[in-house]
Amino acid sequence: MKNQGTTNRPDNTAFDQQRLPAWQPVLSAGIVIPGFLLVGLAFIGIGVALFVTSRSIQVLENDYTGTGSSVHCSECVNPKTTPCTCQLNFSLSALFQGPVFLYYGLSNYFQNVRGYGSLRRPSSSCAPYQYDQNTTIAPCGSVANSMFNDTFTLYQLVNATRKTVPLDGKGIAWWTDYNIKFRNPPEVDGSLAAAFNGTVKPVNWPKPVYDLDPTNPANNGFLNQDFLVWMRTAALPDFWKLYRRITEGEYASGLPAGNYTLEIQYNYPVANFAGRKSVIFSNTSWMGGKNQFLGIAYLVTGSLCVVMSAVMLIVYAKFNSPDEDF
Amino acid sequence: MKRQVKKKWPEQEDKVRRLISNLPYEDLRRKYQPNRQYANNSIKTTKYTVWSFIPMNLFEQFHRFANVYFVVIAMLNFVPIVNAFEPGVALIPICVILILTAIKDAWEDFRRYQADKQLNNMPCSIYSRKEKDFVSKCWKDVRVGDFVKVVCNEVIPADILLLHSSDPNGVCHIETANLDGETNLKQRQIVRGFDGSFQPEYFSSIIYCEKPSNNLNRFKGYLDKPDKKKIGFGKENLLLRGCTVRNTDEAAGIVVYAGHETKAMLNNKGPRYKRSKLERKVNTDVLFCVALLFIMCLIGALGYFIWLETFPDIPPFVPPDSNNNYISPALSGFYMFFTMVILLQVLIPISLYVSIELIKVGQIFFITNDIDLYDEETDSRIQCRALNITEDLGQIKYIFSDKTGTLTENKMVFRRCSVMGIEYCHRENGDCLLTALRLGAQCETISDDEDIVFQKPKVPSRLQYRQKKGISSLRRSQSARTHMGARYQSEVFTITNEVAFSSPLETDVAPDRRLLRVTCDEKTQIQEWCRVSHCNGSASFMDFFLALAICNTVVVSTAMLPRQRVSDQHNLFCQVTNDTFSHYDNNVVTLFLRDSGSNNPSRRNSSASHHSEEERGTVSDPNGLCYEAESPDEAALVYAAKAYGFTLLARAPDRVTVRLPQGAVLSFEVLDTLAFDSTRKRMSVVVRHPITREVVIYTKGADSAIMELLDCHGRSAEENKRKKIASKTQRHLDLYASAGLRTLCIAKKVLSEQAYDDWASIRQEAESTIDNREELLMETAVHLETNLTLLGATGIEDRLQDDVPATIAALREAGIQVWVLTGDKNETAVNIAYSCRLFNQGDMVFTLNTDSREQCESILDCTLGEVRRYTAPSQSWSFQSIVGAVMPTESTGPTFGLVIEGRTLSMVFEAHLQMKLLELARHCRSVLCCRVTPLQKSAVVKLVRNKLKVMTLSIGDGANDVNMIQTADIGIGISGQEGMQAVMASDFAITHFKHLKKLLLVHGHWCYSRLAKMVIYFFYKNVMYVNLLFWYQFYCGFSGTAMIDYWLMIFFNLFFTSTPPIMFGIMDRDISAETLLGLPELYKTGQNSEFYKRATFWIVMLDAFYQSLVCFFIPYWTYQGSDIDIFTFGTPMNTVSLFTILLHLAIEIKSWTAIHWGFMVGSVLLYFIVALIFSAICINCNPPSNPYWIMENQMADPVFYLVCIITTVVALLPRYIIRVLQGTLALSPLVQARKLDRLSTEARDQQIKNWKSQRSPSEVPTNLVSPVDSFSNSFEQSFYNSSLEREMPDMQWDSNEETQNTFSKGHRRSISTMTV
Repeated sequence: MKNQGTTNRPDNTAFDQQRLPAWQPVLSAGIVIPGFLLVGLAFIGIGVALFVTSRSIQVLENDYTGTGSSVHCSECVNPKTTPCTCQLNFSLSALFQGPVFLYYGLSNYFQNVRGYGSLRRPSSSCAPYQYDQNTTIAPCGSVANSMFNDTFTLYQLVNATRKTVPLDGKGIAWWTDYNIKFRNPPEVDGSLAAAFNGTVKPVNWPKPVYDLDPTNPANNGFLNQDFLVWMRTAALPDFWKLYRRITEGEYASGLPAGNYTLEIQYNYPVANFAGRKSVIFSNTSWMGGKNQFLGIAYLVTGSLCVVMSAVMLIVYAKFNSPDEDF
Repeated sequence: MKRQVKKKWPEQEDKVRRLISNLPYEDLRRKYQPNRQYANNSIKTTKYTVWSFIPMNLFEQFHRFANVYFVVIAMLNFVPIVNAFEPGVALIPICVILILTAIKDAWEDFRRYQADKQLNNMPCSIYSRKEKDFVSKCWKDVRVGDFVKVVCNEVIPADILLLHSSDPNGVCHIETANLDGETNLKQRQIVRGFDGSFQPEYFSSIIYCEKPSNNLNRFKGYLDKPDKKKIGFGKENLLLRGCTVRNTDEAAGIVVYAGHETKAMLNNKGPRYKRSKLERKVNTDVLFCVALLFIMCLIGALGYFIWLETFPDIPPFVPPDSNNNYISPALSGFYMFFTMVILLQVLIPISLYVSIELIKVGQIFFITNDIDLYDEETDSRIQCRALNITEDLGQIKYIFSDKTGTLTENKMVFRRCSVMGIEYCHRENGDCLLTALRLGAQCETISDDEDIVFQKPKVPSRLQYRQKKGISSLRRSQSARTHMGARYQSEVFTITNEVAFSSPLETDVAPDRRLLRVTCDEKTQIQEWCRVSHCNGSASFMDFFLALAICNTVVVSTAMLPRQRVSDQHNLFCQVTNDTFSHYDNNVVTLFLRDSGSNNPSRRNSSASHHSEEERGTVSDPNGLCYEAESPDEAALVYAAKAYGFTLLARAPDRVTVRLPQGAVLSFEVLDTLAFDSTRKRMSVVVRHPITREVVIYTKGADSAIMELLDCHGRSAEENKRKKIASKTQRHLDLYASAGLRTLCIAKKVLSEQAYDDWASIRQEAESTIDNREELLMETAVHLETNLTLLGATGIEDRLQDDVPATIAALREAGIQVWVLTGDKNETAVNIAYSCRLFNQGDMVFTLNTDSREQCESILDCTLGEVRRYTAPSQSWSFQSIVGAVMPTESTGPTFGLVIEGRTLSMVFEAHLQMKLLELARHCRSVLCCRVTPLQKSAVVKLVRNKLKVMTLSIGDGANDVNMIQTADIGIGISGQEGMQAVMASDFAITHFKHLKKLLLVHGHWCYSRLAKMVIYFFYKNVMYVNLLFWYQFYCGFSGTAMIDYWLMIFFNLFFTSTPPIMFGIMDRDISAETLLGLPELYKTGQNSEFYKRATFWIVMLDAFYQSLVCFFIPYWTYQGSDIDIFTFGTPMNTVSLFTILLHLAIEIKSWTAIHWGFMVGSVLLYFIVALIFSAICINCNPPSNPYWIMENQMADPVFYLVCIITTVVALLPRYIIRVLQGTLALSPLVQARKLDRLSTEARDQQIKNWKSQRSPSEVPTNLVSPVDSFSNSFEQSFYNSSLEREMPDMQWDSNEETQNTFSKGHRRSISTMTV
């Protein structure tokens, strides 16, 4: 009666009958106590390491907006005074461990606004900065157009004379940006300027893209390092961008104690959006820049886990004992 | 002529179908075919063709709200001013969802196509004029107007008007199992005037019949012959598509309906779609999500406006439009609203609907594959006909069950009979049935007040104890005895059931020795019998058995295939004619005598071979006789008659042949058959007695229908004797009913020749009328069935199905209220209710039975008060320690049962007392409604469903349950004896009632918990992920920027996190099947919707907000004040939320199989692989900042890992701790059950047993301490009430009807009080 072929009988397999071998954990205090304890201790360890590392990182930040609480460069706040150069003096009481990174920081600057640069449809990504009187703008788009153009020069005051601290502008952009993403048009007759023939500079720029760095001809066009750094959209409205690194000569190991002057070419207006500009000296560690938060977070979470394990122990003692009878 | 035809049609088009033979037009092109406008026989149940699939499927899919939403969002992307993403990318999700759904639809449609193809290519014979014979063709070639021949055991290809049958009587038998599931044979007649040889070529009549309709029982029309004669025909002339020809060599006819216009196809509606309770809830929560989305988008729009307003001048980063114009902040804010809608669209879990559908497919796969729900006998699995209400199975609170065929097997066995006022208990018949024995012991002396000797069954000690008590208390009276007997019998039933079921000879009847002796005595004096019955026409044993044998519509056929119908006896018997009877007309009577040695009935029976046919309700005979009856009762009766030697040998429309015990064969001329109908509740045959030549009417019917019709006007001694017999029989009937037997009364009447002739002429007239023929026919029937003489009564047992009491007990433990709605009479129903543990011994059972409205209300009030009196003080929760924790148990007060009669029920509905009834019913453990109509059944279901707002389930097997099956939230059909109509209307079809236990307790629980958890998780998942984007808006000037690349964002929902929840929804097993079956109480979690409440939704929303805050702000504070770029910032967030979302699920997953691990690990791997590949190849995807090489950079950075770890831990810590505490404190029974699951099988069984024994004090009624005397006292009283009422007609037969009515209207209430 029961033919193998024709019977409608379901297969008696573990899968079909939902009897697959399974691990059925029941979360209970007894099981998680060691887990909490281990995780807690590990987190505290990591937290301490992070905290110590972070504390060893030195950061020196100076606001030079010129308005509000900032005293520096107030002379340049009036947009009519162009070009305007101002100076920012500071002194280091101890060695600023190298390699030192020089950042510029912008506050209340929303580089991540949709439509400004990021996340726009490519076809119209350059509008309205695509054409200037029917000539193509190169580089096009509002990000490029609003490129940050303050420049900094650092001097150490040694015996009342200003000694230039060499700033290294090489390799500050992402390797991928420099080598893969951005390409200059092929040079015409060995000249980059000729390659950009038929284009005009962005409206806000003082000089064309092939002339960005007069000191180094290779650092021009779309491959200009400052341009590449600027083009990488910042995640948050208060951001830093790497300006230079101090890696050369006697300053390679850091900035020695003493007095310094930072000469700022004040070009970039921030007053119209209540922005702030600052300049930051910082060194780094394996975990990047200075950040106390992560270490504290690990410490707090770790301690919480340890406390939880203690709570669980109490719970276990109070409620779990009759359970263990079977 | 064709033109003429064309002209004529439109006028008649709307009323009738007119068709003519196709033969003259054979081989002509289609446009010359006369019947071309009617559908042909090829069927197409597919929705699409290869070409129309894409447009039609898309059209259908866009009818869904969810998909429309998605498309609108996708469209919004193409509006330049609001666009947030690449428009092409925005289309991906909707495309994936559409494609998935389309693949599912295509697969389903393909299966239908294959089934259609198979059906269309089935062979059949169509007449061809060229060949002058029937030629073999396919079903699809059949057209209306064709002549089709069907042979024995062939399936009928279309609706055919029967014109020819090989049967000399012009009948054709068909089996309609495919249509309505009834396995008995139905007779179809050829159209009048077509007997004789049938030649299709010469068929030139025009057929007028009604338009196609789905009413199986309605078909009318007439033939317009060339000589202008009209011949009418009806449903008895129609062979329906899908039926099987049986017992007839061949039949032929003309096709009137073909293909989709056949009644079978019109009745086939395909799968049903219902919205489950959970899905309704999901829909409201989706609306909450819409509201949430609206609020978030509003915040975004306002934020953007305010943000723009804060700037004194236009900053360089606020982009002008492409024409270098700046839009006003207000307008920008307005546009921003839509940008936000696009950005945060995932908040509306559109893919949830697709996921739910996929999960249900998986759940149904597992349900249908459950080997425990497979029935070996019929080789059938459970059928899931409704595809989307699996989770409702886990939330049922009320079950409405049919009795016959659902709780019982609907296999009838003749158990007892009472002839001429004497009870024959058939002791030999039910050796295994203690009931029969016990009742048998008293039956001979039923009228005396004697003690009953109980045969002690092997029952659990508790029961035995009770019985001993019972015996002592049962000295009261016989009336109490019957009730008590029934009560104990119910217990015994459950114990002996297995024995009973193991008996293969279900239809075997061992004759009662005493009764056999009586009949044997009579048969030695057959001449005397003849004379006596001739002289005074008094009823006798012979008459009784003759009535059993001939008063039916049983068809006799040989058991061999093909089922050859037996209508004549000469080929079977060639015996010597006994001269004694030859003076009677030999043409009419053929009386044979056989040697009496060979026909000892009991010997014959014991040697009876049983064919597989029996399973389908047919009874076979050593001679190869098969009885096929319309109802199993009839077969049982015929078989019983056979056991006493009265063998029904053959039946033809006008003749029925019976072999008597002594071997003589009587052939009765059947003058008329008054078929059974539910109004009269009886059937009769009018025969001419072959010996006496008298016209005799044998009537068989419900006792209520027969008792009223007894001849009771005389005052002679004879009449008094009759009355006495009637009252005795009535008492026996009560006894049978209380033993749970189905009762029938058999009566007879001898009609004078004159009276018959008068009646026959009226009858003739009635038959020939066309309008309200039915009513007239019934009137004539009622007219004839008067002044009957009672012959006796029979008791037929309808056995309980396997495991019914255990199933009901388990369902009740699961907190499900079981109501039984049956058309059966009160006593039978109550006794079945006891035997299947619907009512327990200790229950107080209230019976509501009244005819008057006023009383109805007062009774309800009264009973309610009674119930409240008992429940009020004991309505407390007792806490009990089970496996180390507390669990609420039911109060220990008495439990109540309620019996309500159909009449009273209609009073309740008329008087708008429904709420009171419900209030009462809510206090009762079980409710039993007897004598209810199908309509009342559905009204009750509707009442409970709508008023109590609970999930209801109806289960039934017959056509009378269809209403309630369709009314309930879940309808379950039992595919068994009675047919497919219930199955057709049902959502799930099972084979046995006991399967309900696993279906509800295990699959219901699983499906509900899985789906509920999955849905909750899905809401969480979307809100959690979308909120990340939302928090970022506060740092990008509410400009709709996403810090995650849009490809990864879309992939995140589509691929990385979509499969684990689906797998979870199909496969997760929170508690093993064994534990769920062992502890039915766990089902209550589903009933109370504990997995998915409104609060659950909001808690999970809060959790989602918390987790998204953590997932956003820990990376934010980590990277704050650095030179981080946007996607480097977003990547850890994306990764962290992936881990959080997956690990959140991991906390919720209760059982980890290899598949779980595979999906979880696979999802994480997939994320990393896709993200790495994507950021390696995507050089210019999302300029100016783009995700190129960012993942690689991040994965080389230790801070990335540190951020991922701490964020995930902090995000999940609260949920984890709560789950740990829940697991430790084990407050919910579910957690306890899960702990049980971890034990070994033995330990678990032990624990379950412990748990049950702890619980049992409330389960087992307090009968051990109760004085049983009072218990039986009340029963006694209640029985007197009822028996009084019933015996009333007995005493007042002479009084006028009015007094009778007034009495029977008097209400009766029986309360079984138990002192606690």
